[in-house]
Amino acid sequence: MSGLVDALTAIVGAEGCLSRADEVFPYECDGLSLHAATPGAVVFPRDTSDVVRIVRACAEHGRSFVPRGAGTGLSGGALACDEAVVIECSRMNRVLEVNPEARWARVQPGLVNADLSRAVATHGLFYAPDPSSQLACTIGGNVAENSGGPHTLKYGTTTDHVLGLELVLSSGEVVRLGSACGVAPGYDLVGAVVGSEGTLGVVTEVTVNLEPIPEAIATLLGIFGDVVSACRAVGEIIRSGLVPAALEIMDRRTIEAVEASVYAAGLPRDAGAVLLIELDGPPPALERQRERIRAIAMAQGASRVDVARDADERERFWAARKGAFGAMGRLGPDLYVHDAVVPRAKLPEVIARVCEIGDRYGLKLSNVFHAGDGNLHPNISFDRRNPDELDRVLAAGDEILRTCVDAGGVITGEHGVGTEKRDFMELIFSEADFGAMKRLRRAFDPEQRSNPGKIFPSTRFCTEANPKARGYDRVPLREGEP
Amino acid sequence: MAETPSGLGALYERSLDCVHCGLCLSSCPTYVETGREASSPRGRIYLARGVAEGRISLGGVASEEFYACLGCRACETACPSGVRYGELLEEARAAVEREDARTGPARGIEWFALRRIVPHPVVLRAFVNLLGLAQRLRLDRLALPFLPAALRERHRLLPSVPSRLERRPLPPRIRAEGEPRGRVALLEGCVMPEFFGATNRATARVLARNGYDVVVPEAQGCCGALQAHAGDADTARSLLDRNCRAFLDAEVDAVVVNSAGCGAHLRGAGHWLPGEGDDLAERVRDIAEFLVEAGFRAPTGRIEARVCYDDPCHLLHGQGVKDAPRRLLESIPGVELIEHADAAACCGAAGIYNLTHPEMSQAVLARKLDALSAADPDIIATGNPGCLMQLAKGAAERGLRARVVHPIELLEEAYR
Ligand SMILES: Cc1cc2nc3c(=O)[nH]c(=O)nc-3n(C[C@H](O)[C@H](O)[C@H](O)COP(=O)(O)OP(=O)(O)OC[C@H]3O[C@@H](n4cnc5c(N)ncnc54)[C@H](O)[C@@H]3O)c2cc1C
Ligand code: SF4
Ligand code: SF4
Repeated sequence: MSGLVDALTAIVGAEGCLSRADEVFPYECDGLSLHAATPGAVVFPRDTSDVVRIVRACAEHGRSFVPRGAGTGLSGGALACDEAVVIECSRMNRVLEVNPEARWARVQPGLVNADLSRAVATHGLFYAPDPSSQLACTIGGNVAENSGGPHTLKYGTTTDHVLGLELVLSSGEVVRLGSACGVAPGYDLVGAVVGSEGTLGVVTEVTVNLEPIPEAIATLLGIFGDVVSACRAVGEIIRSGLVPAALEIMDRRTIEAVEASVYAAGLPRDAGAVLLIELDGPPPALERQRERIRAIAMAQGASRVDVARDADERERFWAARKGAFGAMGRLGPDLYVHDAVVPRAKLPEVIARVCEIGDRYGLKLSNVFHAGDGNLHPNISFDRRNPDELDRVLAAGDEILRTCVDAGGVITGEHGVGTEKRDFMELIFSEADFGAMKRLRRAFDPEQRSNPGKIFPSTRFCTEANPKARGYDRVPLREGEP
Repeated sequence: MAETPSGLGALYERSLDCVHCGLCLSSCPTYVETGREASSPRGRIYLARGVAEGRISLGGVASEEFYACLGCRACETACPSGVRYGELLEEARAAVEREDARTGPARGIEWFALRRIVPHPVVLRAFVNLLGLAQRLRLDRLALPFLPAALRERHRLLPSVPSRLERRPLPPRIRAEGEPRGRVALLEGCVMPEFFGATNRATARVLARNGYDVVVPEAQGCCGALQAHAGDADTARSLLDRNCRAFLDAEVDAVVVNSAGCGAHLRGAGHWLPGEGDDLAERVRDIAEFLVEAGFRAPTGRIEARVCYDDPCHLLHGQGVKDAPRRLLESIPGVELIEHADAAACCGAAGIYNLTHPEMSQAVLARKLDALSAADPDIIATGNPGCLMQLAKGAAERGLRARVVHPIELLEEAYR
């Protein structure tokens, strides 16, 4: 390792290369703290040429590398399996070019999602994909995970917004894919790289299209007695032909956690669920749509439908929604955020099953999710130091995923496969499917040194990522407890 | 596997509140500056947990990072999981001090300033006198070439000493104007009377103007915030103890504080001294918050100025006070309050962080000055002595025309 560390230090300077055990320790996991693996080193490039040299140095030393953004990923995507070198993009965070007429921006991958929208707001534009982690997560991470967000319902996910990419392959070659005008002849390799979880190379530049800030926005809050009737309302709204910008559900446990947090927005604590609905467009149209939605929600059993009075209140509703995962931290030291998609029509039935599974395993399970897309996020709060609880968390998670697949769904909507779900991939793909995917991967990265141990079912890689192998039971429970 | 230092129970408990979501990252000035996980709130909490679980040692990165943190608590305002980061940091630093796990010049500076000077009024006064004398005789400039580079840079960061007249102490009692509405005590502070005597007097006058009898208990002293932040738990506790007695004996409706750092610390007194500390904490109010809650006399004097208010971290993040100072400023005829892009971020003063970590402090300050220079105000207002000094120095060096004042001084000016 030390030869490689010297080479890396020569590229980025001593301050830009971490290799001591305690220096790399905080990089052992991402937002999914159950899985962990210790990197060999962590480097901070400033531009594409740094990345090229880093990747070449890794190639010379036969070492793998892992691109990393903010480490908010929830599937272990940024884990450094095989003592890989973490290529941390946080210092590649500049907006390189904005073209307000053609409505695109060219940015470095470490740019924080929310900073992009902030940077182009003066042109009346915004970047539409808005993961709940947008205050922290990076565009590079978004590209790698094909991230979505509440507004995906109307605006689509990351892949619908990436026009072009610059990618450094594991050989050190730099390739440019797609084009700013949105059309590129031949294979849609931009489409292949978006969602590839860092396994095809390091994205070093992203050209994204921007949307005009809508003329008007209306945000409604439907209050329901239970989460199943809120799901039915979602089905009816979509069936009516309306296209809201967002349809998000939070259940009672989520509401309680958020209302106890700094993001409290005055949501009714006695509600079984709330449905957050956002409409955008020209004001007269909004007026009519608002009334139709209100009628549908009431018909599906809403006790009332509130309208955000002003921009302040709207922002508070959204801050509450986006802070919801974190707020769940109040319910236990650890949080397992699940992510699966089911056909919208199956939502009411699946959500009822999910709740039943949580109860059966005696777990604190809460739901906050992109209902309009059928994208569920059952969240389980727990304490990893309690081995019995950890077993139940993992078993429940397994059952939840199988339930979603049985209902015709898939095992992840937006958080990716990473290390977390690679063993579930076989639920939806055949050997032939994997064969095609692996051949595509090898075309970019013949030696599989770019983010090894991800997506594909377990191999020799990353056994340490397995939470049960980590022996959390070594660690004592609270002081004084057995 | 590293040896686990004992007595880390409280630190461990605090660290468990974090679910590693990362929502705090972009609120953290040291993360924004370095892009390093270890220099982020989430990273520092992870280091703390790692130390408590015996997975890494307390020396090295962990102790470096516990001190490289500004203690601005912006992460607490961002954290949905309710992590009590300020307390975690104090626990972590106290552990470092107990285990003697820190080396380097920063430690010496802190130890000397916080144990030998600040808590002792006579010593502090003598030190400030000396500094003032040196500054007036320009001795400091003469000595500069002979100082080591690190000290030369730090010397530049020391504030200039006001005249003796400004440094005279407050009288023990200031009577309400007209029929008294109530009786309040004023925290004079340790550094405030030496460098911001005018602010203390303005605070007392504004309170009197609004119908409050103001007492300035003689038994009070340095609140101990800086010592607590630096991990010196014993000194911090004994200073708090003295203040508990001084203020609880004074039998007042509220203890009014005009220094955000002291206010935030006193509000957490219960953490250090359960019982008495809670009683004191309950009475503590920031001056702006107190006036807005109680209702204050509208000023009639005009100040024609564009004013940028800059939130002190320990008012915004430490006490959750955001609107009150803005309401005071807006009430002044002629004042146009303008928001600048970086108001909620730390200015890099952070107690004596600007002396112990000058590079990071200056980098953090530079961002703020960029935003202030874009807004181009006539006046910058902020309610904490460290921030006042840091911004005044920074604005002058950047060539900004704005003067830097405490909001209460503007209000008092408008009362005249
Ligand atoms: C509170 C919270 C809320 C969330 N909400 C949402 C949500 O609403 N929608 C959603 O989709 N996700 C959500 N996520 C998940 C996560 O934020 C996203 O997956 C995000 O895109 C990750 O970005 P990051 O910068 O943190 O990437 P990281 O976690 O650092 O990395 C994620 C993956 O991207 C790869 N990668 C990073 N940078 C590059 C690069 N330059 N080139 C190639 N590969 C790269 C990594 O190798 C890794 O595989 C949430 C997470 C949290 C903690
Ligand atoms: S207190 Fe300030 S500097 Fe320290 S971790 Fe929190 S946000 Fe960062
Ligand atoms: S926001 Fe809170 S819970 Fe999330 S990582 Fe930061 S400190 Fe931890």
